Amino acid sequence: MSNAASPKTIETNTFNLMAFLTKHATLVALLALIAFNVVFTKHFISIQTLNVNLTQVATIVIVGVGMTLVIATGGIDLSVGSMMAISGAIAPLIFLGTAVHISEIHLAVAVGMIVAVLAAGAFGWFNGWLITRFRIQPIIATLVLFIAGRGIAQVSTNGNLQPFKLGEFQWIGLGRWFGVPVQVIIMVVLVAIAAWVLKRSLFGRQILAIGGNERAARLAGIPVARVKRWVYCISGLCSGIAGLVVIAINSSSDANLVGLGMELDAIAAVAVGGTLLSGGRATVTGTLIGALIIQLVRYTLLANGVNDDVAKLVKAALIVLAVWLQRHGRS
Amino acid sequence: MKKSSLLSALSSQGVLIALALLILFGWLRYEHFLGLFNISSVLRYNSMFALVALGMCFVIMAGGIDLSVGSTAALGSVVAALLSPHGMLIGTLGGVAAGLCIGILNGLVIVRMRILPFIATLATMLAANGSALLLAQDQSVSVSYDGTFVDLGQGDIYNIPIPALIAVAAYIIGSIVLNYTGTGRAVLAIGGNEDASRLMGLPVDRVKFLVYALSGALSGLAGVILASQFGAGQPIEGVGWELFAIASVVVGGTLLTGGVGSVGATLAGVLLLGLIFNVLNFENGLGWISLSAYWQSVIRGLFLLGVVILQSRLSSKQSAA
Amino acid sequence: MSFTTELKVARDMVSATASQNTTLLSMQNINKAFAGIPALTSASLEVGVAEVHALIGQNGAGKSTLIKILTGYVSRDTGDITFDGGPFQARSPQDAQAKGISTIYQEINLVPYRSITENICLGREARRFGLLDWKTMHQEARSLMARFNIDIDVRKSLDSFNTATQQMVAIARAIGFKAKLVIMDEPTSSLDEREVNVLFDVIRQLKQSGISVIFVSHKLDELYAVCDRVTIMRDGRTVKTSDMKSVSKIELVASMLGRDIAQVSKHATAFGGRKGKVGDVVLEAKNLSAGHKVQDISLSVRRGEIVGLAGLLGAGRTETARLVFGADRIHNGTLTLNDKPFKPREPIDAIDQGIGFSSEDRKLEGIIPDMSVAENMTLALMPQLTKAGIVDEEQQRVIVEKFIARLGIKCSGPSQRIRELSGGNQQKVLLARWLAMNPKLLILDEPTRGIDVGAKAEIQTIVKELADQGLGVLMISSELEEVIEGSDRVFVLREGHKVAEFVGKQINEAAVMTAMAHGAEDNTIGQEIKP
Repeated sequence: MSNAASPKTIETNTFNLMAFLTKHATLVALLALIAFNVVFTKHFISIQTLNVNLTQVATIVIVGVGMTLVIATGGIDLSVGSMMAISGAIAPLIFLGTAVHISEIHLAVAVGMIVAVLAAGAFGWFNGWLITRFRIQPIIATLVLFIAGRGIAQVSTNGNLQPFKLGEFQWIGLGRWFGVPVQVIIMVVLVAIAAWVLKRSLFGRQILAIGGNERAARLAGIPVARVKRWVYCISGLCSGIAGLVVIAINSSSDANLVGLGMELDAIAAVAVGGTLLSGGRATVTGTLIGALIIQLVRYTLLANGVNDDVAKLVKAALIVLAVWLQRHGRS
Repeated sequence: MKKSSLLSALSSQGVLIALALLILFGWLRYEHFLGLFNISSVLRYNSMFALVALGMCFVIMAGGIDLSVGSTAALGSVVAALLSPHGMLIGTLGGVAAGLCIGILNGLVIVRMRILPFIATLATMLAANGSALLLAQDQSVSVSYDGTFVDLGQGDIYNIPIPALIAVAAYIIGSIVLNYTGTGRAVLAIGGNEDASRLMGLPVDRVKFLVYALSGALSGLAGVILASQFGAGQPIEGVGWELFAIASVVVGGTLLTGGVGSVGATLAGVLLLGLIFNVLNFENGLGWISLSAYWQSVIRGLFLLGVVILQSRLSSKQSAA
Repeated sequence: MSFTTELKVARDMVSATASQNTTLLSMQNINKAFAGIPALTSASLEVGVAEVHALIGQNGAGKSTLIKILTGYVSRDTGDITFDGGPFQARSPQDAQAKGISTIYQEINLVPYRSITENICLGREARRFGLLDWKTMHQEARSLMARFNIDIDVRKSLDSFNTATQQMVAIARAIGFKAKLVIMDEPTSSLDEREVNVLFDVIRQLKQSGISVIFVSHKLDELYAVCDRVTIMRDGRTVKTSDMKSVSKIELVASMLGRDIAQVSKHATAFGGRKGKVGDVVLEAKNLSAGHKVQDISLSVRRGEIVGLAGLLGAGRTETARLVFGADRIHNGTLTLNDKPFKPREPIDAIDQGIGFSSEDRKLEGIIPDMSVAENMTLALMPQLTKAGIVDEEQQRVIVEKFIARLGIKCSGPSQRIRELSGGNQQKVLLARWLAMNPKLLILDEPTRGIDVGAKAEIQTIVKELADQGLGVLMISSELEEVIEGSDRVFVLREGHKVAEFVGKQINEAAVMTAMAHGAEDNTIGQEIKP
């Protein structure tokens, strides 16, 4: 047992390429997909294609960042879609002057956006509070807000559509900086911060320790409850931002539709990206790559004349395949 | 005290008490609450959910979860609607078979590929949704009114809606299977401790496969009723059904970790959550207050919250003792 | 009643086969390698009819692999197995059970929320008209349990009974399945002395009714109490098999270790020759209480002192330690740390005050398996290693490399995953986790459990040196020698109370054991856990 280390080092030397491939399987898959498209899909290499695909995944990845952290602690957050709806309902209520009247439009938009995102963060914190205070399983605790949250959004807008045409706000979904869509920039920034936090910071280490072995983490002095509340709060904040992006793109807020099914897209991106669903190992860049793979597969199929419904079947198979490969890579 | 009996007894009776109180409240407050029309429409509408929740109950008792029930029901409704010109029997069998296929797929992926139920059924949810849209060509499919197919959802026997009779029959069979067959006991044993059940020689894989197949078939049946009741197969219906079903099961006192559960209490959970909507309608009808229909999901959420907190308090009190 | 007839039949069957052949099980020349590394090399094991056969060896000696091959968990590479007069091959544990080999595992493998009856009858339920016949099943469960003089409500769920009763249920289940050979894998590890005695009675009963037992244990005294023969394994080979009566304890240990008898007999532990000076009181606990498991316990630890906490399982040792560390809530009583009042609400409070706690369950409460050696080692030290929320990787590396060298941790490097290390090395990493923060008080709960003899001695030496350098140590151990030879002071707990305190030369085996066992004659088997 003590000499277990020596044969291991030999192994890693000889199978270096194989190890690299399995370690970066998602990246390899993404590159393969891109290569395929470069050869077979017409007009693939264009700024427009890039932008289309990146804008498609932006909201999923923004939510996926929070979801990755939650899953890294061994939890799950089903309520992300509902929190998007809440955020998407609150912001227009403020900047359209329905709930409160602020005459200066820039101020109104700023207040609306901040309040909306903070509200979503507060609901996320509530998820964390339920989970840590009452020791309720995350899947059930967040189910509460999944059901009630959309109701809250619907009630607060009476179920009405809130249409608007407001450049001061819609830059977040439609604007561009240096030719890059703003939402894509937000996505990249969030991914970069979260990836850095996971790798280098105390908070990241604490998240992974809790996901890896919660009891041991507590006995090593990690404030488990506090870390978890923050993680769910972050998931809420991310959902809040994503909610704003979605309503800005749509030029309207519909509490019945904003973020519908988002929890599944985000979880799928996390799973395909290689984060361990049982917690303890996570990669935020993986989630980005995962979302891109899912999107690009769909794009490839559609661009080559395949029905969107069939694309769903392929996506289903992709999720299963990714998780299955992950399991095999470990054992 | 004993965790299992105390917890399950208290929380399952809790749901019965809450249900009784809600019915009492409705009876005292609203004139037509216990009228034949209201009862019959509540039962008719909630039968679909009851069937889905029954399958979910078995899955959860075995320690799993099935997120695909909603889109499986939608697939079932489409297949049934497409086959409805061939008569009630063919339509029904077709819908159930479609659901069974998804259930079997779930079972295979979970048992053979050893993928977490959560993620496996999430994938099949997509697959069922895609298949339903493909078959329906992205629109709802009208059922044939020539034959008897629509009676299944819209007809009555002795003033009792046929869907309700189907659901009650399913629950009675489910209860017998759970309490008086080896397979039923194995479901609870596997949910309680899967490794131990394996070592005890129980056919763990087969039982797990069976509960997912059952859940798929029951979802398919719910889809058949959906198509028949509303006159159309609806490929995009069923969104959120899985979580409604999970909520019903949990409100009924079944432990989400598996191993403890009751079929009857699940039915009470379905009725409880369904009646909240009904009461809300009556309350608006009185004209005192006007609550939009959207409040129902808020109230359902609060109900779930209350039950879940109650369960956690109970179990933490026991572990402290 | 029906059970006695069943037994009689079983006995007749057994005697019929026994008349032809007294060997029930024979495993010969078993070879097995995992990924090219041999786990078993020409191992063999023979068990007679109605024999209780001990199987011993250090961790990694190959006993569990041998058992796993027998019970169908893993397949053998080569070798012959005959069982009950014919060639034997189990495809799975279920298959082995169906063929007459049942296993009682260390951690009880039953279903917690189900009734005793279900746990006994699952998989071979009685049926009437195609449906389950609960009445018959309850009756059968009752009569099987009555066999062990346990009269309980078999309809109650398993988790409402204590560990010993649960173990009896597991054995009853094995008998219900008409096992001819029952394998018990460290069955006494979670039992107290009284419960062990009841278990031994049951084993003797099994023997009388013609059932054979393979008894795997690390506790040598128990082997003499109940076993007929013993097979010793080392490095994947069978060293020898002999009659229990004709082999001494020292010989057993020597064979397990592959060492000289003279070498072994000197010291059972590596604690000998303490030379530090005991200083001021670090920790003082007065009248600690929490529930019924810790009642009115007072103790103290001084600088440079190793304080042993002795007691049977369930005496409240771990519970007391957890109170001091803030892992559980104190209901009554006070703690003083360096003459200041100390009220830990969470482990972090205790850690901030310089207390370290190494749990008895390394896997469940110690290591974070997916994290590296470095990350595991610095987990408690993290707040000191971070500036503005960012981990100082360089400082971390320096600390980790220091402790890898100082404790002799065998790993490929700081970034190796801790799950890949052996138990002893994992334990050293966990020890380093606390040493790295330079503690004033170290609480060690079973520091040498489940690790091989070599690592054991190393850890004992480290603890001794730390105490010599002035660290206060509170040590819990179920190995009497460890407590007796290692401690400067011993507190003995029994059923949640402190019953004795020994200092220096007062500490001896007889005194401590008497205190541990004193007044412990009432039988708790079959009692329900009262709130």
